[in-house]
Amino acid sequence: MKKPKTNDVILQTVTNVVTFIIVLFSLSLFFAGHYTPGGGFIGGLMTSAAIVLMLLAYDLDTVANILPIDYKILTAVGLLIAVATGAGALLFDVPFLTHAYDYFYLPLLGKTSLHTAVLFDTGVYLVVIGVTMTIIQTIGVSE
Amino acid sequence: MLHTILQLTLLLVSLSMLGLIYRLIKGPTTPDRVVALDAIGINLIAIIALVSMLLDTFAFLEVILLLGILAFIGTVAFSKFLEKGEIIERDRDH
Repeated sequence: MKKPKTNDVILQTVTNVVTFIIVLFSLSLFFAGHYTPGGGFIGGLMTSAAIVLMLLAYDLDTVANILPIDYKILTAVGLLIAVATGAGALLFDVPFLTHAYDYFYLPLLGKTSLHTAVLFDTGVYLVVIGVTMTIIQTIGVSE
Repeated sequence: MLHTILQLTLLLVSLSMLGLIYRLIKGPTTPDRVVALDAIGINLIAIIALVSMLLDTFAFLEVILLLGILAFIGTVAFSKFLEKGEIIERDRDH
């Protein structure tokens, strides 16, 4: 069946602007997770929401050109980071998954507390993006 | 005083949500229901803002932006399904 040609110029223009706002919001949720509501899980979900919005406005091939990422590998990398953060504690003779933090004086940022839980959260973030996008790309296409 | 006004506003927003739920159940066509769902999402944002003022907390402000984004994406997905019959295309040229 030949469908009439449609024009999504409004949707695509809005998507081009809104995607950046959603990604910035997801990064803000991710980095604010230690002190305010947020964290790796909801940050990853929001990032995949931005990618889903691009999938809605464009199509699978275009988005694969913009973001050439294999999401199954992304899931594996996230799990590796999470396990490596836990196993890194064993190097310092403390139990598995023991986290440490300290205060550092960074240029521009000043006194900042850096915590190894952020590395674990990065793993969660990558796994959530990878799993969500794998599910949506697998069942989203109607063939 | 402010407490009473907030509770009154919550009541009014709940009433408007009831009207939207009536449209959601009754709506003769699917686009009616999609628009009703979108408006219910926006009303939910208003309710969250009012409740966070009542509870005097900043903890729910992320939820407001989150619901706005989710309502937008959900409505776009529904509209695309209604118009084209599929939500994610493999190649949009044909």
